[in-house]
Amino acid sequence: MTFDPLVIRKDFPIFDRKIRDGKRLVYLDSGATSQKPSVVIDAESNFYRNHNAAAHRGAHQLAEEATEALESARSVVADFLGGATDEIVFTKHSTEALNLLAYSIGDSPAGNVFHLKAGDEVVVSEMEHHANLIPWQQLAKRTGAVLKWFEVTPDGRLDLSDIESVITSRTKIVALTHQSNVLGTINPLAELVKRTHDVGAIFILDACQSVPHMPVSVAALDIDFLVFSGHKSVGPTGVGVLWGRASLLAELPPFLFGGSMIENVTMLDATWAPAPRKFEPGVPNMAQIVGLGVALNYLTKIGMQEIHNHENTITKYAISKLREIEKLKIIGPTDMKLRGGAVSFTLGEIHPHDLGQFLDNSGIAVRTGHHCAWPLTRKMGVAATTRASFYLYNTLEDIDDLADGVRDAQKYFA
Amino acid sequence: MQLDNLYQEVILDHYKHPQNKKLSPVFDAQVHHVNPSCGDEIDLNLTINDGVISNISWDGVGCSISQASVSILTELLIGKKIADAYSILDQFVALMQSKGAVPGDEYVLEDAIALAGVSKYPARIKCALLGWMAFKDASVQAQAKSKLD
Ligand SMILES: Cc1ncc(COP(=O)(O)O)c(C=O)c1O
Repeated sequence: MTFDPLVIRKDFPIFDRKIRDGKRLVYLDSGATSQKPSVVIDAESNFYRNHNAAAHRGAHQLAEEATEALESARSVVADFLGGATDEIVFTKHSTEALNLLAYSIGDSPAGNVFHLKAGDEVVVSEMEHHANLIPWQQLAKRTGAVLKWFEVTPDGRLDLSDIESVITSRTKIVALTHQSNVLGTINPLAELVKRTHDVGAIFILDACQSVPHMPVSVAALDIDFLVFSGHKSVGPTGVGVLWGRASLLAELPPFLFGGSMIENVTMLDATWAPAPRKFEPGVPNMAQIVGLGVALNYLTKIGMQEIHNHENTITKYAISKLREIEKLKIIGPTDMKLRGGAVSFTLGEIHPHDLGQFLDNSGIAVRTGHHCAWPLTRKMGVAATTRASFYLYNTLEDIDDLADGVRDAQKYFA
Repeated sequence: MQLDNLYQEVILDHYKHPQNKKLSPVFDAQVHHVNPSCGDEIDLNLTINDGVISNISWDGVGCSISQASVSILTELLIGKKIADAYSILDQFVALMQSKGAVPGDEYVLEDAIALAGVSKYPARIKCALLGWMAFKDASVQAQAKSKLD
């Protein structure tokens, strides 16, 4: 099957609707959330129509079916990431997955591999989304650990020139993004993971912007934990994934307590079920988890490498088109080496919010602001940017419309 | 174009030629407000004499709506009694939250009536209100201070 975004668009019913009085939808905001194919929408409603019951909690046929649906989605996710089924923990979104890690680590008693004490170091970077910054910043405050970070260079890359003084023998945790949601930068993980393991620390990957867009194998990357969100991967909202090495999940204390995460309970104490169950108290978002399984199968069928190649084509074209526009400045790498499909830019004096509003009037959906990475936009010396982000259903025509829209906005606000 | 309802001439004029956009060194209250969803920021200095707003000055970065709105605010409120300013503020906030259902009183709101179109774009209401909320905050502080003096 050859990759054809026009055929792919037919799978996504939202492209049938019109925007702002009859305009074609040019959706360039997949970095915030992706659109959903019919198979995913149908899978969710099919679960409610035909199989709805509390998974892992009933002595009846529907409960059996719900359990089966949930657990087979878990094995789809495991296969997608190259991990084991019991290494997949379902959360609400990656934000919850990262908080789960930060709170569980913070709760680890002395003697536990995760135990943090004053003076231990936690490493992040300046390009993190708030979801992979604030949990660690606050964990450091609670434990007396020291938060350190990699800086970002003017062209939007991680500054790894002093990697050995950032990741040191005191480092316990390194939590980094795979791909920046603002700059599109893909970080060179091999060197970082190796250094992390050489000092005996744990590597946590925020894969929100990579897992939906390129082949990612946890085994090949040799990382310890990974998080991503279903809703950015053509899946439903309300489901995120935490993958962790089995040996580490076994040692990590639970974060949320309640039903179905226990082994035994008395009035004064409780023991935990093995992972992943000990991290999944409460009736899970079953329909969404089932939808995520279908979403990942959909992506696999198209091919993650094909999707990545397509996004590369679109991104390269977008960068070249946008660079032709006077006063437009791309914030982030302009070469395609280790670069994904998110392009942020400024447009002279025109404020991103006004540009976004103008584009919206033409049916073009972009995101404007600091994109939940405020320290990064500050570092890049801008108050806000406009971001176009791409996915499998975007076309070169979308990029032409964007470039035309930007030029029209320049005239309008001149 | 539909967009012209939002970006009225008056707004673009104030955006390009903002009024009172230079912080005065003397003031009764100084506030700094940010819009955390988009990063827009404003500093606003306020002076009140005998219950009358004698000066409002400001500086900041933001979109045309937020910049024009505060520029209009300064022209509208300088010289007004604080009680009258509050009444204008209330009417402006009501207009912003009206979803386009009320036209607003041009006699009271003057140039600020040009921002009526904002009420149909929920994501932009915060932009239009940034300066007004800063003013409200500053006025509370200035009055508290004058009670202490
Ligand atoms: C790099 C990155 N990390 C984390 C998140 C948070 O994802 P969610 O809101 O689905 O938890 C996002 C979403 O924008 C992201 O782009």
